[in-house]
Amino acid sequence: MLKIKSYVKVNSLAEAYELNQKKTARILGGMVWMKMGNRAISTAIDLSGLGLDTILENDDEFIIGCMTPLRDLETNEALNTYTHGAMKESLCHIVGVQFRNCATVGGSIYGRYGFSDVLTMFLGMDTWVELYDAGRIPLTEFVNMKKDNDILVNIIVRKEPLLACYLSQRNTKTDFPVLTCTASVIGDEARTVIGARPARAMVVEDKKQILKNFRNMTKKQKEEAIEAFAEYASENVPTSGNMRGSKEYRTLLVKVLTRRAWEAVGGMKNEY
Amino acid sequence: MNINFWLNGVNRHAEIYPDTLLIDFLREQGCFSVKRGCETANCGLCTVLMDGRPVLSCSTLAARIEGKKIVTLEGMQREAQEFGSFLANEGAEQCGFCNPGFIMNVFAMLNELKDPTEDQIKEYLAGNLCRCSGFVSQTTSILKFLKYKKAQEEA
Repeated sequence: MLKIKSYVKVNSLAEAYELNQKKTARILGGMVWMKMGNRAISTAIDLSGLGLDTILENDDEFIIGCMTPLRDLETNEALNTYTHGAMKESLCHIVGVQFRNCATVGGSIYGRYGFSDVLTMFLGMDTWVELYDAGRIPLTEFVNMKKDNDILVNIIVRKEPLLACYLSQRNTKTDFPVLTCTASVIGDEARTVIGARPARAMVVEDKKQILKNFRNMTKKQKEEAIEAFAEYASENVPTSGNMRGSKEYRTLLVKVLTRRAWEAVGGMKNEY
Repeated sequence: MNINFWLNGVNRHAEIYPDTLLIDFLREQGCFSVKRGCETANCGLCTVLMDGRPVLSCSTLAARIEGKKIVTLEGMQREAQEFGSFLANEGAEQCGFCNPGFIMNVFAMLNELKDPTEDQIKEYLAGNLCRCSGFVSQTTSILKFLKYKKAQEEA
């Protein structure tokens, strides 16, 4: 059961940051995950009065406020055009519309949950987090940082030319994913992200440079590279088992989803 | 703490505890259509509209409705009665426990999507679980209701 001693709807980020330095204080996101646990919060800090629930776009980037509901990302035309529909695909399987109206992108990214579709999707782009104290940090770095008392203010997606495909496997509709996968070409960089391993999402480092120069490969070269990389990913992505799937099943899924996602990125098939 | 909000069109003030969940608060206000189902934010039974958007009242703090407009099924009696007859005619009303949340989300969908396809209906209502009907009759009732509303508009 969630217990809250005091609730403060802050007027500024400075006020929120100061309140958040206390160990038992918590910043509230959408609360859909937080309310599931047993915890006692001395001060619940509500950022909803700070106008951080919008998606702004300029020539270079998308600036997404931490309080933006997942549903707004899912229905945002510009983001979906940029990601070729991958953004919507990464979100539309998360429970239901009501849930996605409550859950916030800040809560999902800050929590760095293992099961997160959102984290897997955002890692597949040139994404940065803007923290109140620490400033802008690449999401690839933030994902492995320990949680502290800083505040995630914005999520920034730089508009590098992007090809992307997001896929997930679920035992049943609206359940947590058994495995998630984003394949993307960001500028010239080929990036594969695997999440729900069930540990938090990770970028699969292409040490053998199998997918290097993917954009300019011929169809045959792409087919061979994809097959080789899917095998490589399944050998190099650590997985484990839980109630939703065994380690072996997940490793098999790494191979299958990686292959399918890259085939979609390579234009060989349409996954949506 | 004190909150000021609108419930089914009526401006209200109330004193609440910081950790009061919206579902409990609304039931204290007499809105018994808002029901507790799974308590894991999965079933959609506790759906209410907050500023026109469907949200889960089991996962929302009452403190968050400050300045907002909340609508429960009690505030949509006429619309619910009209749509409810379509549900009943299709045999979609078995135990009826999921109906309040389901109906709230149907009207949220119709506010957002003007002429939804069957696939869009299924996608929008994926967060409303029904343990009895298997969703087929519910989907049919929505499609028939949409047809009826369209015919009414054209007449």
